[in-house]
Amino acid sequence: MAEQAHSDEPLLVTPLHAEHVALGARMVPFAGYDMPVQYPTGIMTEHNWTREHAGLFDVSHMGQALLVGPDHETTARALETLIPADIVNLKPGQQRYSQLLSEEGGILDDLMVTRSGDPAEDGKLVLVVNASMKEADYAHMQARLPANVKLVRSDDRALLAIQGPKAAEVMARLAPDTADMTFMAVKATKVAGLDVHLSRSGYTGEDGYEISVKAKDAVALWRALLADPEVKAIGLGARDSLRLEAGLCLYGHDIDTTTSPIEGGLIWSIQKRRREEGGFPGAARIQREIKDGAARVRVGLKPEGRAPAREGSIITTPDGREVGIVTSGGFGPTVNGPVAMGYVSKDVSAVGTDLHLVVRGKPIPAKVAAMPFAPHRYKR
Amino acid sequence: MTTRYTKDHEYVRVEGDAGIVGISDYAQAQLGDVVFVELPAVGKTLAKGAEAAVVESVKAASEVYAPVSGEVLEVNSLLEDTPGTVNEDAAGRGWFLKLRITNPSELDGLLTEEQYQEFVKSIS
Repeated sequence: MAEQAHSDEPLLVTPLHAEHVALGARMVPFAGYDMPVQYPTGIMTEHNWTREHAGLFDVSHMGQALLVGPDHETTARALETLIPADIVNLKPGQQRYSQLLSEEGGILDDLMVTRSGDPAEDGKLVLVVNASMKEADYAHMQARLPANVKLVRSDDRALLAIQGPKAAEVMARLAPDTADMTFMAVKATKVAGLDVHLSRSGYTGEDGYEISVKAKDAVALWRALLADPEVKAIGLGARDSLRLEAGLCLYGHDIDTTTSPIEGGLIWSIQKRRREEGGFPGAARIQREIKDGAARVRVGLKPEGRAPAREGSIITTPDGREVGIVTSGGFGPTVNGPVAMGYVSKDVSAVGTDLHLVVRGKPIPAKVAAMPFAPHRYKR
Repeated sequence: MTTRYTKDHEYVRVEGDAGIVGISDYAQAQLGDVVFVELPAVGKTLAKGAEAAVVESVKAASEVYAPVSGEVLEVNSLLEDTPGTVNEDAAGRGWFLKLRITNPSELDGLLTEEQYQEFVKSIS
C-alpha cells in the first residue's frame, strides 16, 4: 500500500493541540498546522455523529483578523474594493460570505465578514480567512487598504465550531441567549462563563455555531462543550466529507485564482447593488458572466456504483468528449455512496445530464446532480 | 498454514499452491473506514509488486500490490456490497483475492508474522 509523504517543515499547533493528542487523534499536517484528521472512532462515525447529534471542531488554524476604521461606512467601502459582497448594507450583528478577488476576477480566497452588533464596535469588521491563505490574504489587504483602515491580526484567538442538529440545545445549556440567533447572526456573549464572539454558521450544512474565543480560554471552552453527552470531537476528515455533501467549496480545490465566483456558482454571495455598480476587482468579467453566463460552471456529480471519483478525475460526455474535471470527490456517508463536484462546460451542466468520470483510466457513469447532496438544516 | 507479509502491509496466506491476499489489520486501522475496493479480473496475471487492487477509504485511495507473482483465481465478491468487511476482519472475511502462486520462492523474501509485528512496532 502506498502512503502519502509528509513534509518535514516544523508545524504550527493550535491552543487545543494537546486536547486532540489526549483524545487519541491521528494528527496530520494541514495548512502548516498539526491538525486532527480523525479521532479513534474514525471519519464515518464522526460524520454520522455530526449529522445526528453535535460535532465539535477545532478550526483555530483559520485566520481571524479585524479591519478597523473610523466608522462602518469607511471600513465597509474599503473592503468592498477587494470583495464583491455588499458590506455597506450588512446589518449590525450579521455575517456574510464573500471572496477576495484578483484583478482578473479569480478567487484569491473565500472568507466570512462580520459586522458586530455592538454600536461601540462601529467601524470594525471581523474577518475569517482560510488557514492556507492567511499570510497572503493579509499582505494583499494591507497593501490595498486606505491609511485610515487598518488590518489587525487576531492571532491570540482560537476558533471552535459546534455543528449538528443538537448543537443549539447544547449551546442553550451553556449560553441561553444563543438559542434565538438565526443563520449568519453574530453575537458577543459568554459560553460556560467565557467571553466569546460567535456566529450561527458553519461548514457542514448543519445548524450550528462558530465560536471565537481567546486562546487562553480555548481549552476550557472545548472541555465545557465536550462535557455534554451530545458532543463528540470531529476531525478534518469528517469536516471534508460533511462540507462536500453540503455542496460547499473548499478553497484551493473547488475555487481558486482560475475560477470566478460566477463559475463557482457563488452568484448568491454578490448582492444586487454590487452586481450593478461593480467597483470590485475583476468586475468587468464578473458582470459579463452574470449577463451572458460563464463558459464553465461548478456542478454536483453523482457517480453510479460505489467507486469514489476523486479530485482530478477527468469528466467526459458518454461519447468521450472531455468537458471538465472533478475538484472534490469522495464517499458521502450520509448519501451512502460516492459524491463529487467539479467544473463542466455550460452545455452539459444541467441537472440530470449523463456524463462519465474517468477513474484509474476507466469511465464511470455519473449524472449532474443538484447540490447539496445532504439537505442544509440551517436555522432560518 | 503460513502467512507472509510485505512492508507495504499486504499479507499472503498460503494454502497449497494458492495464496489468499489481503491487507493487514494494522493497514485497515490506518486507512479507516473502507468504502470501496477495486479488485482485478479473475484470470489476470500479476507480477510481484504489481498493482493488484485499490482500496478506498472515506479520505483517499491506496494501491494494494501483489506480494508474490501469480494468476488471479478468485476475488472476494463480498467486498462489492460490504467493503467495510475489510475493517471488521482484514485477516479473515476481508480478504481481497486468491492467487495461484507461480514462484513459491518469492515467499522466502517476505516477512514472517513475527517479523511483521516487529516491523509494525518499529513504525508506529
